[in-house]
Amino acid sequence: MTALLDIKNLHVSVGEREILKGVDLTINPGEVHAVMGPNGTGKSTLSYVLAGREGYDITDGTITFMGQDLLALEPHERACMGIFLAFQYPVEIPGVAGTTFLKTALNALRKYRGEGELDAMQFLKHVRAKAKALDISDEMLRRPLNVGFSGGEKKRNEVLQMAVLEPKLAVLDETDSGLDIDALKVVADGVNAMRSPERSMLIITHYQRLLDYIVPDHVHVLVAGRIVASGGKELAHELEAKGYAQYADAAAA
Amino acid sequence: MAATAKTIEQVKSIGGKYKFGFVTDIDLDFAPKGLSEDIVRFISAKKDEPEWLLEWRLKAYGHWLEMPEPKWAKVSFPPIDYQDSFYYAAPKSKDDAPKSLADIDPKLLETYAKLGIPLQEQEILAGVAVDAVFDSVSVATTYKGKLEEKGIIFCSISEAVREHPELVRKYLGSVVPYGDNKHACLNSAVYTDGSFVYIPKGVRCPMELSTYFRINAENTGQFERTLIIADEGSYVSYLEGCTAPMRDENQLHAAVVELIALDDAEIKYSTVQNWYPGDEEGKGGIYNFVTKRGACRGRNSKISWTQVETGSAITWKYPSCILEGDNSVGEFYSVAITNNRQQADTGTKMIHLGKNTRSTIIAKGIAAGRSDSTYRGQVKILPKAEGARNYTQCDSLLIGGDCGAHTVPYIESRNPSARVEHEATTSKIGEDQLFYCRQRGLSDEEAVALIVNGFCREVLQQLPMEFAVEAQKLVGISLEGSVG
Ligand SMILES: Nc1ncnc2c1ncn2[C@@H]1O[C@H](COP(=O)(O)OP(=O)(O)OP(=O)(O)O)[C@@H](O)[C@H]1O
Ligand SMILES: [Mg+2]
Repeated sequence: MTALLDIKNLHVSVGEREILKGVDLTINPGEVHAVMGPNGTGKSTLSYVLAGREGYDITDGTITFMGQDLLALEPHERACMGIFLAFQYPVEIPGVAGTTFLKTALNALRKYRGEGELDAMQFLKHVRAKAKALDISDEMLRRPLNVGFSGGEKKRNEVLQMAVLEPKLAVLDETDSGLDIDALKVVADGVNAMRSPERSMLIITHYQRLLDYIVPDHVHVLVAGRIVASGGKELAHELEAKGYAQYADAAAA
Repeated sequence: MAATAKTIEQVKSIGGKYKFGFVTDIDLDFAPKGLSEDIVRFISAKKDEPEWLLEWRLKAYGHWLEMPEPKWAKVSFPPIDYQDSFYYAAPKSKDDAPKSLADIDPKLLETYAKLGIPLQEQEILAGVAVDAVFDSVSVATTYKGKLEEKGIIFCSISEAVREHPELVRKYLGSVVPYGDNKHACLNSAVYTDGSFVYIPKGVRCPMELSTYFRINAENTGQFERTLIIADEGSYVSYLEGCTAPMRDENQLHAAVVELIALDDAEIKYSTVQNWYPGDEEGKGGIYNFVTKRGACRGRNSKISWTQVETGSAITWKYPSCILEGDNSVGEFYSVAITNNRQQADTGTKMIHLGKNTRSTIIAKGIAAGRSDSTYRGQVKILPKAEGARNYTQCDSLLIGGDCGAHTVPYIESRNPSARVEHEATTSKIGEDQLFYCRQRGLSDEEAVALIVNGFCREVLQQLPMEFAVEAQKLVGISLEGSVG
């Protein structure tokens, strides 16, 4: 099987400081990978580098996505190819209704793929059922994107965007943080509904609880810019019990 | 809406950076180059004007000679050589003015089609009557029949001078006197055409009225004159759109618009201005020096200006309201976008004279490239304006580090019961917002267009539906190349 995503020896710096210090990670189609690790170890950095955010210097290593050199592509090209990032801190866009934003995004992707653009009616049909499953009201869809949304609402809204845009690789950066127990379940159901043999996911989280709902195929531990351990879903439980102290030496190496 | 969407497509396919930069190749009837009393007489004679109007023009011309250029705006440009322009250019066929669309030069119709106003379709397309000004002469007016049924007069101002001289004489120059400012003087002396609207008592105009201005001939200034009168209890919504072809020279556009609202009348005046802005280095482009003013003469009257200014090398424009009638309402909603080397100094004046008069100002300035954008506004409450209220909100958005945005509010309140509120913000377009949009598949330009449209939303939603769509696209087009 050819990998969907293949990260090799990735080194990333911000300014003078090296944040990722040689990350290797391979994700095959249909797999769900979880990345866990202490605050400030570079999890979000990894997600931004995958999405192509400016300000991160790739000093070494390669990323291949669907057989292509990902690092050569613009952020919107990566998105059009099927990379989706659910942001740890979703951004507010005043004056732009959620529906307008989503419709613009969906049509940008469709255009890239050579599909026709959806009109307002077709679009609403596409969105309504998905919004309902995530407990997102029409009123919320019409509001300016993320403006004044509660933390949990923002996260649900990210998952809605993922559901509408149907990516090949979804990177979820702490989508569970800030969610109450019911919302966590709603979001997890939404994510699970998206699981398919063609779609892969990279789930960044601090809590094993999310992984009880979205059961990963692989779990990785990122400490100080390196993946210091990888295993199955039981690794998450182990971390919950013992914390990250056991990896301090590995990280320092 | 279909028509505007089509326009964008058509116009895009024409190519070039400025999407409206095509030239229509037809014979023009010119007045000799330059400005003099003789030219003023020539124009007046060409139009068979009555003596009073010629005299009025000549007085304006006399004033113009004496008057200094206004200097207070934050714009800079070399002195204008007024002798280097033509002041009259009309399509050749004008001597026997077209009786119907069939009489109109097909090339003209083609030009309008490129602009998205296929006149022949206009009558079928819902809701827009167009009085099209091609350079200096109004060549076609559609929808006349339907409007006449209601007693509405919608015609070129030259025709109004012939057919309704009493109305023109009563109101022309009554809001913007010929000596108001140097540009208004010039317009009064040499204006060649424009639109005239009269809505009778109690009539609600059943459709949007619209003029599409277009500067075509080389080296001609365009000096249109618009006069709109809403009689008691009437309502009208008027839209003006402008484009001009690409030229290396700077062209002068000095229009005057006067609005008069009597008791309980309402006028909504919307402008989408995309005159040629000049190239990336600031070569060429229109000098848009416009005087627009509305008088709320009657009780409970209302005048609302909405403008989307994306074009012109220099914009100098302050659509204002004189709130004379008690309880009258003035509104100003503005989006001004400058890119590359454009300069805009625009805003409004709200003059409160009557009791309980209210005004609202929402101004959004967007500056990109090496452009400069200034909001300049005056709120003046006179002693008799008991209970007057004003709310002003000015927001500036900067794209990149080489542009400038300035807010210059003048507030003068001479009645202690008045309330004036002013809020202003300046922000930069957020890298995080751009990245968020791009992560969802939008290109740089699409992302900027979306964010800026959001920023302008309160203003854009004031536009009539048909034009809001076009304006949204213009926002994107005019900011092309501003990031990345
Ligand atoms: N643009 C930046 N400028 C300066 N430092 C940065 C930047 N981006 C990331 N960093 C630093 O890099 C380190 C890793 O940050 P990152 O956000 O990737 O951590 P994280 O693993 O996602 O942490 P958390 O669990 O708290 O979300 C941090 O020390 C952070 O301060
Ligand atoms: Mg993080």
